[in-house]
Amino acid sequence: MLEAADTIIQGLLLGGLYALFAIGLSITYGVMRLVNIAHGDFLVLAAYLALWPVTNLGVNPFVAMLPVVGLMFCLGYALQQIVLNRTMGRNFLAPMLATFGMSIILRNGLQQIYHSDSRSFDIGALGADSIHLSGAIAIGKFPLIVFVVAVILTLATSLLFSRTKVGVALRATSDDAETAGLMGIRANRTYAIALGLSFALLAVGGIFAGIRTTFTPESGPASLLYAFEAVVIGGMGSLWGTFAGAVILGVAQGVGAKLGAGFGILTGHLVFLAVLAFKPTGLFERTR
Amino acid sequence: MGANLPYVVSRSTWISNAAVWLGVMAAVVAVAVPWLPYFGSPAFMHWAVEVMCYLLLAQMWNLLAGYGGLMSVGMQAFVGIGGYSVFIFAQHLGVNPFLSIPIAGVMAALAAALTSPLVFRMRGGYFAIGTWVLAEVFRIAFSNISALGGGSGQSLTVMTHLDRGTREVLTYLIAATTLIVASVGINLLLRSRFGLGLTALRDSEAAAESQGVDVRLLKLQVYTLSSLGAGLVGAIYYTSVLRISPFAAFDLNWVVAATFIVVIGGIGAVEGPIVGTAIFFALRWLLADYGTWYWLVMGAVAVIVIMFAPTGVWGYVQARWNIQLLPLQRRLVWKGQTKAPALAAAPAAMR
Repeated sequence: MLEAADTIIQGLLLGGLYALFAIGLSITYGVMRLVNIAHGDFLVLAAYLALWPVTNLGVNPFVAMLPVVGLMFCLGYALQQIVLNRTMGRNFLAPMLATFGMSIILRNGLQQIYHSDSRSFDIGALGADSIHLSGAIAIGKFPLIVFVVAVILTLATSLLFSRTKVGVALRATSDDAETAGLMGIRANRTYAIALGLSFALLAVGGIFAGIRTTFTPESGPASLLYAFEAVVIGGMGSLWGTFAGAVILGVAQGVGAKLGAGFGILTGHLVFLAVLAFKPTGLFERTR
Repeated sequence: MGANLPYVVSRSTWISNAAVWLGVMAAVVAVAVPWLPYFGSPAFMHWAVEVMCYLLLAQMWNLLAGYGGLMSVGMQAFVGIGGYSVFIFAQHLGVNPFLSIPIAGVMAALAAALTSPLVFRMRGGYFAIGTWVLAEVFRIAFSNISALGGGSGQSLTVMTHLDRGTREVLTYLIAATTLIVASVGINLLLRSRFGLGLTALRDSEAAAESQGVDVRLLKLQVYTLSSLGAGLVGAIYYTSVLRISPFAAFDLNWVVAATFIVVIGGIGAVEGPIVGTAIFFALRWLLADYGTWYWLVMGAVAVIVIMFAPTGVWGYVQARWNIQLLPLQRRLVWKGQTKAPALAAAPAAMR
């Protein structure tokens, strides 16, 4: 019984990390119907960007996160303006194929620079510290930090969408880019902000993932698939739905891993397929 | 009444007629390769089988995305199932290895049809990533079947009963025949009602449906058909290399190659995959000594093509010189006039 509770709590905390992977993907799909195939590879790129100050200047990974998040926002903004905006509008294929190309460029570029060695960030004692609850259940301090950050960032993003001028522009462009254009909202700039936002969020996820486990240039596809599954399980148009989807995925993987070594990821995939089969619009769909 | 009209409807041009004859000659030469000096060498035939596999897979991806409007990032699922089916039937059930190849294609088509209700619940970009998840599920499943060698895979040892020369020639001939049949088949198919419906589906699903196209059925048909082709590719390729493992058979690079070949060559054009495959192998040959640089360059070329020439190299050539080797459009040709009339059939969308 206690062991089951422990499995579920660990899965929940893992779900917090997946939420950080997924929110960015949810934003770009919500605003401009873009499924960014390179999402996971940019996540890995963010981790490698943080690796340089951490290993060469001895900067704490949490501190290194700040400039990397800023840099990734700029990169997302620039990529949308320079590359993706040129391909938008014809149909969903062209921008998606462009991100497919970027994904292959990034993965093989990182492979060329860093080879296949797996890396990770060391945060000292914090990485192993845990809070003991009753009996066998212990909550790791670092996974808890990740979960809390995920909640805060989901809340911040949803406030950004509902309360700020940028959020209004993002929602208006999502609903009807042409009419929004008549009101003086430039779709191209709004799309660039959306991708920048997505990249800033995935940078946090990428660095946390690098602290939690290890990463290699090949880690991208798995991260993309988890993010995608969380978005689909959660349902369209709801950031908290995506968060919930991520938590469900995390718990599914945790439970699966308990059933047998190597079955964690498979169980996650199967839960995703089951949601598709029985509730294809997602569990927490909110039509906008 | 047709006789009184001042024009006739035509699809062919003299260039396209020449191209058909060139194609027939190429097919004859391709089948005769094992009996030619130098080209009949095992090394060349092995290489040729690989080229033909990539071309066939690219044609299947083009059929699905360029004509059906369904982008798949999970085609490696069916390459893997095709490959593994040969090992299951030939190695474990004692079926003749070469007879196992068509069976493998059918198995892949069956797997696609059975899983289609799930992936067709997603559209557009979601469909693309959803097929990828499906491919991962198959990869993990096959990695856990210990009879098939688990994660490390196994070798096609039944092939040792055959003389090496016979085996190589037979594999080559099966690959060449499959490619020729598939190429002719795709062309005929796209010229039929099926092809018209498919093009309509790609351009606008709602409009196609309103014109009486059975969208659901058509999607299922094109998905199953392209998976059959992908299964044959897996079957032929792994019969040729004689060893299979889950990581190689369900490798994302299969679909990456197919996608980039089609995008660079020309999406939605029958000629596109041929041009793309030529560029793909030329780049691989040029960058053979630089490891992963080759994929990096392919990715960069693909992004540049999508940005600046969305119809690919062939689309550019076609628009620049108005050449169609395997035309699917109909034109009006005025009687008693040698000069070509103004463009009668506007090229389809995507351009």
